Amino acid sequence: MSIKKSEELADFIRISAVKMTNKGKSSHVASVLSMADVLGVVYGDYLKVNPDEPKATDRDIFILSKGHAGAGVYAALAWRGFFSKSVLDTHYQNGSILSGHVSHKNIPGVEFSTGSLGHGLPASIGFAMARKELGSRVVCVMGDGECNEGTTWESALLASHYNLNNLTVIIDCNKFQSLKTTKETLNLEPFAQKWESFGWDVFDIDGHDIKAISAALNANSKKPKCIIANTIKGNGVDFMENNILWHYRSPQNEEYELALEKLKNYER
Amino acid sequence: MRDNFIKTLVEERSKDDSIMLLTGDLGFGVLEEFEELYPSSYLNLGIAEQTMTGIASGLALSGKRVLTYSIGNFPTLRCLEQIRNDLAYHECNVTIVAVGGGFSYGQLGMSHHATEDIGIMRALPNVEVLVPCTNLESELITKEVIASNKTSYLRLDKSFDTETDDTDSFKYGKLRRFRKGSKYVIIATGGILEEATKAADELKTKFNLNIKVLGCHMVKPFDEKDLINNLVDADIILTIEEHNLVSGFGALIGEVLFRNKVQINHFINLGINDTYSGEVGDQKFLRNSYKINKEEIIKQLLNKI
Repeated sequence: MSIKKSEELADFIRISAVKMTNKGKSSHVASVLSMADVLGVVYGDYLKVNPDEPKATDRDIFILSKGHAGAGVYAALAWRGFFSKSVLDTHYQNGSILSGHVSHKNIPGVEFSTGSLGHGLPASIGFAMARKELGSRVVCVMGDGECNEGTTWESALLASHYNLNNLTVIIDCNKFQSLKTTKETLNLEPFAQKWESFGWDVFDIDGHDIKAISAALNANSKKPKCIIANTIKGNGVDFMENNILWHYRSPQNEEYELALEKLKNYER
Repeated sequence: MRDNFIKTLVEERSKDDSIMLLTGDLGFGVLEEFEELYPSSYLNLGIAEQTMTGIASGLALSGKRVLTYSIGNFPTLRCLEQIRNDLAYHECNVTIVAVGGGFSYGQLGMSHHATEDIGIMRALPNVEVLVPCTNLESELITKEVIASNKTSYLRLDKSFDTETDDTDSFKYGKLRRFRKGSKYVIIATGGILEEATKAADELKTKFNLNIKVLGCHMVKPFDEKDLINNLVDADIILTIEEHNLVSGFGALIGEVLFRNKVQINHFINLGINDTYSGEVGDQKFLRNSYKINKEEIIKQLLNKI
């Protein structure tokens, strides 16, 4: 286990997210910040993927189901060497390969395009079914608000029914969705019990604790795993934290400078 | 058509173990043989068409040749966005199979009438649309779609026309001539072709008119040149479909004729005139109700000839 690598990548994702959403004048910076530590561990220290052989038969599969946080995946892939970090500077701009919602077109390392919520988990099940015998593992990151979608619960039934213990869902549980909190919008609680009752192994953890994320990912299980990563939306930039405005607002001018400053002094 | 489809699928699976059949909990009396012979290639994913289609994408992107199976609008409209985003955008090798095109499930009611599917599926980039007109076509097209690496929609009808000695041999993607003629042409897609050939036969017997009847099994991609070559001496063209006229087969033919500056005197489209059916009746009954039948073809043609 390499905590250092995961931390380095998480830091890179946070700073990239602010830079990319600044330059592209795009939304969803807070949605990337909430899952930066999760992605840091997944891409920094867990997934068996190889930028020199992005389609290797037995590779692990990562799917970002909350596609609006695509900037985070692009940053992780660039950090892993799937493409040049300079490509990140083009995010969201005319003619770029990096769209706001994650897309696989012309981007090595992106396994699946999403953007409409509730699509990533069903596809992950298909990957997990087809690849179980290869020893390939599938990780799907979803949003908590995304769990409003009915396909989540169809999939929760199916993954358990087919005993897909090579599938891990990580829910970036930042407690916010498009307009208000998840609790105010459509209460998910008791969330962990729901997944447990559907037949999943549930790990209810601090989604900014690198060690806890790594431990949950690496825990042996005979069932599909659901990691409820309790996170802070906008984590690391105090004025973005738990503020719905930053689901949409792009950091510009003083706000941009201040956000970078906060992240430079980020304390775990 | 359904039985020809499954018979062919079983044969193809015996040669290719990458083929997987996914059903949305339908296919009683149809899919059992496949399940018994190839249990590891068969998944009943429950009544969850959206998730079934998403799963199909993951399987296909891992090298499987996948078919999703259900009836009416369930494998198409119910999970349209999954078809668009997960299958078509990713260019997945998945064939979406819908049993019960048009009014096949007439008495079951509006929910089970697949009468907008062709237009909606045709509007999706990367999706091929196959509508067999005969049982033989159902078999041959099933082989083709499985062998292709495309996302395809296969619409299987309860009704079907029959092949005769005069029917053109089958060429995938080409129009087939079922009756000879030149000036007067009927073009049909799907099992409703039977109404066209019956009308042509009656017009021949009663009025000694030679009506050319063309069957179209590939709505997309559509071979425009092939159509134009088939219309060299055409004066009246009538299209018939068991589908909404809006965005339907007749609309497609109209587009092609106009784009290619085909000069004709009359262009008649028979289909469902932008409505849902609330009537109770079998396929034949509803065809009569909506005037998409042999009698209407004869009436319309005699009116113009």
